[in-house]
Amino acid sequence: MTFFLWTSAIKVVVVFTAVMVGVAFLTWVERRVCAWIQDRLGPNRVGPEGLLQPAADGLKNLFKEETLPASSDKLLFLLAPAMSFVPALLTIAVIPFATPLPTAWGDVPMVVADLPVGFLYILAFASLGVYGVVFAGWSSNNKYALLGGLRSSAQMISYEIAMGMSTVAVLLLAGNVAVSDVIARQQESTWFVFPLALAYFIFIVAAFAETNRVPFDLPEAEGELVAGYHTEYSAMKFSMFYIAEYSNMVTASALMATLFFGGYDIPLTSWDNGPPWTIAKTLATLAMFSLKVGFFLFLYIWVRWTLPRFRYDQLMALGWKVMLPLALGYITVMASAIWLLHARLGWTYDTRFALALFGLNVLLAIPLFFALDRGHLISGSEARGEA
Amino acid sequence: MTWLAAHGTEAIFWWFGSLAMVSAALCITRRNPVFSGLWLIVTLFSIAALFVILDAQFIAVLQVLVYAGAIMVLFLFVIMLLNLGRQVTTDLKGPTGAGIAVGLAGLLLFQLLILRHAAPSEVITLPAGSVARLAQEQGLVASIARPLFDTYLLPFEVTSILLLAALVGAVVLAMRKL
Repeated sequence: MTFFLWTSAIKVVVVFTAVMVGVAFLTWVERRVCAWIQDRLGPNRVGPEGLLQPAADGLKNLFKEETLPASSDKLLFLLAPAMSFVPALLTIAVIPFATPLPTAWGDVPMVVADLPVGFLYILAFASLGVYGVVFAGWSSNNKYALLGGLRSSAQMISYEIAMGMSTVAVLLLAGNVAVSDVIARQQESTWFVFPLALAYFIFIVAAFAETNRVPFDLPEAEGELVAGYHTEYSAMKFSMFYIAEYSNMVTASALMATLFFGGYDIPLTSWDNGPPWTIAKTLATLAMFSLKVGFFLFLYIWVRWTLPRFRYDQLMALGWKVMLPLALGYITVMASAIWLLHARLGWTYDTRFALALFGLNVLLAIPLFFALDRGHLISGSEARGEA
Repeated sequence: MTWLAAHGTEAIFWWFGSLAMVSAALCITRRNPVFSGLWLIVTLFSIAALFVILDAQFIAVLQVLVYAGAIMVLFLFVIMLLNLGRQVTTDLKGPTGAGIAVGLAGLLLFQLLILRHAAPSEVITLPAGSVARLAQEQGLVASIARPLFDTYLLPFEVTSILLLAALVGAVVLAMRKL
């Protein structure tokens, strides 16, 4: 019991520190990658290659003046940054990031809390992040901020449903809602991204909307709303929103890696899949997990500096008229396919099973992407010119 | 440490139980609807924590996911959309209303005191640790899903039709207003 408490406390501190340092580093990566995409240099003055820029920004924000709008709701105005920041960090608690670490007192699972309902916990807490944005928008007593908050609540509700629905397919294959079981099932044979390719597509679109990132960053659309919900915020409170946004990105990336890319599983080898646990295995899987999360974070940044923002009505139409029916239809098709293969033909989940489902996904994806594309990418610019 | 092992669960129960009571009271007495909503969220959270103590993690998570995560967001969306947040007028009833409320609350308290002495019926009591065992055998979700989609499938589907009817009704009413 005491051992459990101590290891949990240590894990909480380590994970918190890792996420915070990661987030600080990520702001630097974002600006450097943005500069690279736009053929500029980006911040490169503070420290080697500008690596100390986040520290300089942090210091600057701590010393800046804290403004408090005169007719704002003081309590909520102060509370809102924390409310958007806390759920973002709580979510990461149930995501396993490496194989168990052997110690003299027994194995320590490399997850802060291995909940039996871990997956639903993620969905539940991911949906709470919206309160910070909504209360920030309302308490500022500023019409742009209020519009940002309103947009955020509507957007979150819309895409949360598509997100939840897309992950039902994952649960159908995994057979349980514990995150460790989802990873174990993928370690046994194939990552879920192959048999559930379309679910992953729906999930990644919904995840971009849930984290308020471009092309779905309508709550803070600077072209229309000044800065949206955080218009009235300054100094460290403004920074808190930034930290929350990046923490949400880290969580969403970790989630994508866990649900669809095998979590900490090292591909093409079964060396890391079972006991005896060693420190080498823990380190190797941790590196693999960081690599996957890092890739998805890069994807976030890449998309941000590539795509333009959606219009608000387009965003809502996409959520309700495309994503939701698509996710619902997909569940029906996949559930039937899994039932057919599993209950009728008696297959268990293995590479053959995954390949069969992957084939089905490809069949579904071709007409879907053709319809979504509306002749823009696939036919190329020449076809558009003729039309 | 030993005190924590013996009374830890009890202490957590009292903490979240009283938190739920206090925030529920604050929810109905706030004049500003936004704060009412905020306290309601705290109430829902505390009740979710109570579910966890009862080994019902699945219900607890659903409580947060559905009520705190979705329904309350919609509530707040409507409150803000209609910009109700800045009113100072109250719709709390005068002494007569308060008297009736206190009377009803007293009646409920009296009922609870009597119920404390009555043993719960055989049908709804389970031996200690049976929920945890069931979760071990079938998984937390399966132990709820099995009866829901097997024994009680018909009531479950009927309920969903009822909800659908309510939904359609709400849409029709809203369209008439527009």
